[in-house]
Amino acid sequence: MTDPASGYRDPPPRMGFFTDTSVCIGCKACEVACKEWNAVPDDGLVFTGMSYDNTAGLGADTWRHVAFIEQRRPVPAGAGQDGEAQDGLRWLMSSDVCKHCTEAACLDVCPTGALFRTEFGTVVVQEDVCNGCGYCIPACPYGVIDQRKGDGRAWKCTLCYDRLGADMTPACAQACPTESIQFGPLDELRERAAGRLAQLHGQGATEARLYGEDPRDGVGGDGAFFLLLDEPEVYGLPPDPVVTTRDLPSMWRHAGAAAAGLVAAAATAFAAQWLGRRP
Amino acid sequence: MSSAEVTREGQRGIRPGREARPGGAWRRGRRREQAMVPPAEFTSYYGKPVINSPVWHSPDIPGYFFLGGLAGASSLLGAGAQATGQPALGRAAKAGALGAVSLSLVGLVHDLGRPARFLNMLRVVKVTSPMSVGSWILSGYVPAAGVAAASALTGRAPRLGAAATVAAALTGPAVAAYTAVLVSDTAVPAWHDGHRELPFVFTGSAAMAAGGLGLLAAPPGQNAPARNLALLGAGAEAVAFELMSRRMGMVAEPYSAGKAGGYVRAGRVLAAIGAAGALLGRRNRAVAALSGAALLGASAATRWAVFHAGLASAADPKYTVVPQRQRRDGSGPPPEAA
Repeated sequence: MTDPASGYRDPPPRMGFFTDTSVCIGCKACEVACKEWNAVPDDGLVFTGMSYDNTAGLGADTWRHVAFIEQRRPVPAGAGQDGEAQDGLRWLMSSDVCKHCTEAACLDVCPTGALFRTEFGTVVVQEDVCNGCGYCIPACPYGVIDQRKGDGRAWKCTLCYDRLGADMTPACAQACPTESIQFGPLDELRERAAGRLAQLHGQGATEARLYGEDPRDGVGGDGAFFLLLDEPEVYGLPPDPVVTTRDLPSMWRHAGAAAAGLVAAAATAFAAQWLGRRP
Repeated sequence: MSSAEVTREGQRGIRPGREARPGGAWRRGRRREQAMVPPAEFTSYYGKPVINSPVWHSPDIPGYFFLGGLAGASSLLGAGAQATGQPALGRAAKAGALGAVSLSLVGLVHDLGRPARFLNMLRVVKVTSPMSVGSWILSGYVPAAGVAAASALTGRAPRLGAAATVAAALTGPAVAAYTAVLVSDTAVPAWHDGHRELPFVFTGSAAMAAGGLGLLAAPPGQNAPARNLALLGAGAEAVAFELMSRRMGMVAEPYSAGKAGGYVRAGRVLAAIGAAGALLGRRNRAVAALSGAALLGASAATRWAVFHAGLASAADPKYTVVPQRQRRDGSGPPPEAA
């Protein structure tokens, strides 16, 4: 796996999150801890009607977002009940966060260099450089980074860069009471995730899957990856995100051809006039 | 999609008390919901968008696309006019280019979240960022366009003016084309999925606008190149737009619905009027001017259409989820190769 922090001399191991949503209890301690540590402003007290989710989504003022999905699902026969398959309520809960992609579109498109890759392999915005051009916002395939109202700059999860520098655990992982949010070197997290997935499959939870873990996916694998219990779009995640930069060489080629075409059209326009004037 | 019973609109699917059919009512309802056409079926998180919408505003950003394209293509007309000894056309084109690009810069700086930090655009040179590349292109184009226009309008420093005209003509097409790369290089479906054809839509539109300006501002004896360029541009834009819409499949929907659809239709009408007037009213200054104005309007309409189609495609999760599912499940186009 290419280490995204390869520009540094002797970087520490790549750090990330493994969020195991199968043990999330929806307490939102992660949301609170993140806001407290990072002094993130409030983004409105709204009743959304989206189950227990009144945060709605990730943004400039929400860097951890707990999603709640209530589903009517058949409970597997013999799962601690009388042995009959019944209809039950399944409650999916997941703490969403910036994925700190290996191939990060926000980082690629930032024109001021405000977004940069840290020595831990994470992606961070420098708030003293960002001029609020807003390009990173539509570039992110997960809809993470956003512009802060009244401030103008782009903000997102820093993976608690200040805490990492002091050898501490990020605030959300520290606060999570069930260790749904696990923090550590990415290699180790991936091993742990594979083990947990095998355990769940062994217990009959065949819908469990890892999301963002594969380095061969469209963003080169995520620094913050997940274990989900249903399709990604159920949680509001894109099914197959691809970093937009992968198509950039093709875009430049087509733009070059179009620019050349424009020059040719102008030349033709004058040539036609000249031809029209000849006796 | 959550099938919770408590929603903002009230409770739903609750068993009707005494008339309750044990284990019946809501299960029936669920089956009804599942009778959907397979390719269109998709789930989302409460209908919320997956990606974040661009925070760019109208008129600043679509205005910038329009004015930047107009300026870049006008510089080509200015250079051609200089080479063929048509000073009136040259003055109109060069002054138009400078005026357009200056106005566009005002829009760009105004749209920043922190306008005072606009110079941070030149902090780095970053080829993975079309906005960085564009900022550097502009920093070469704008001074050249300025010197070219100043020299043409005052008659001073003709050799310097001529050199600046050539420099503006060399960088102008890049100004007209890079904005297409800028919007395509995002996760916005209606922009990204059109990335092959959009540069041709933008340069065609730019040619149409520059030709329109020439028809408006230059005397009939010298406006033939402007007319020719406008017609070529209108044709190229129309063809490229059609090809783009066909390739994009369902993601082309935002271009025919809502605000964007309105702008597309207006653009077509204006382009038709402008092209007809340009062809039929060759000698007549008034008809030429009106056609020119219509062509400028058509070009602007295209830019606003693209802008709003992007916003609409970002706001509806289906344009993100459905194509990606089709690609992942193997029933759609393969992922893009670099």
